[in-house]
Amino acid sequence: MHHIISIKDFGRDEIDALLKKAHNIQSMGSYKRTLTGKLVALLFFEPSTRTRMSFASALSRLGGDAITVDSIEGSSISKGETLADTVRVVSSYVDAIVLRHPKEGAARLASEFSSVPVINAGDGAGQHPSQTLLDLYTIKENMPLDNIDVGLLGDLRYGRTAHSLSYALSNYDVRLHTIAPKGLEIPQWLSKELSERGMKIIEHHSVEDAIKDLDVLYATRIQRERFPDSASYSRIAHSYRITPKTLDGVRENLILLHPLPRAGEIDPRVDSLPYAKYFRQAENGIPVRMAMLEEVML
Amino acid sequence: MTKNEQKPEKGLLISPIENGTVIDHINAGEALKVLRILGVTGFTKEALSIATNVRSNLSLKKKDIVKISDRELSKEEVNRIALISPNATINIIRDYKVVEKVGVEVPKVLVGVVKCPNPGCITNSDEPIETKFEVVNGTLHCVYCDNIITSDIADYII
Repeated sequence: MHHIISIKDFGRDEIDALLKKAHNIQSMGSYKRTLTGKLVALLFFEPSTRTRMSFASALSRLGGDAITVDSIEGSSISKGETLADTVRVVSSYVDAIVLRHPKEGAARLASEFSSVPVINAGDGAGQHPSQTLLDLYTIKENMPLDNIDVGLLGDLRYGRTAHSLSYALSNYDVRLHTIAPKGLEIPQWLSKELSERGMKIIEHHSVEDAIKDLDVLYATRIQRERFPDSASYSRIAHSYRITPKTLDGVRENLILLHPLPRAGEIDPRVDSLPYAKYFRQAENGIPVRMAMLEEVML
Repeated sequence: MTKNEQKPEKGLLISPIENGTVIDHINAGEALKVLRILGVTGFTKEALSIATNVRSNLSLKKKDIVKISDRELSKEEVNRIALISPNATINIIRDYKVVEKVGVEVPKVLVGVVKCPNPGCITNSDEPIETKFEVVNGTLHCVYCDNIITSDIADYII
């Protein structure tokens, strides 16, 4: 049985194969209904708009159906049931489970108790492989994944999208530029692991210091929900903002990505500039998630 | 030479045991952690001898020794000791003789031995699972949340 839990479980060849599969799906124009008759449980124990809807949309386009739980309050977990029991029961109803959960490692646990494939749709500050794959897909749409400079901007301490993406990029010849507010720098263990995998990491204190050297700028939100109190959130929130002026003099091929939702990191006036690819990135979630669903169920 | 200047007789620092385990070559100063790993407290019944900071015959370095009567260690207990003292040796004693002498070895995967320090890790909730860590270059990687323990491993031993 094939689960998709962490991007760390994928080698370069496997990532490339999934991206190619997504590209083939997207370039077909009309979709084959390869998952007709398949039922998938979308267990979302944390709020999500894009990930949940794009998995539902991807499944529907392939002819499959979804049953959904969209909060802890709406599930037996609120009565004290363990995730292990929930997964054991739900997996007897469906052909696959897509799980989002606030605890790190939840998807790995689910894969151990499930009788059907599990796809991790984000676990706490941990892994978010479907987001990472669509991030890679969007970069690859615009440039080769080798010999490029990628900047990660924002909450690099708790931001799971940044963690997963940086790890995935370590499969390629990428120079990683980290730009984070004080206290939200990339964790030391991750930085050490990436270096051991041969990745060059360059630290910056402001986006202006780095942006002219970048082919990709990946901005992330400061996540209010990861802070212990509103005072510590307020101290850091809005400490950076990309405006049209920030993009003066950047490399012609620069692309600006963001996993969305944005909360003031990117000025809406940037949306119309050729660098802005974040809405295309969200759109790419469909073929990538279609490829993932096919990968585990066919 | 006066009586006061006489050297004390050479002898064993701690007496031999009839049956049980001698854990030798524990890193100096780590004996009390070994006792904690073995669950030995003031309320448990083992007869114990502990020596700390004694000279090792094998090197100029100092070492600790723990002798426990009437108890042979399980593989899991040995694994835990290996985490904090990879040069330790385990001697099984029966009828005052060493019947088995083994070195400790840190296994590649530790199950139920170490608590994950990440409070957000699923293993720190009420799920029916044991912790699982992969040992990579002396650091411990949580299989569930990817958190890495690089130092003070003894603090996290369950």
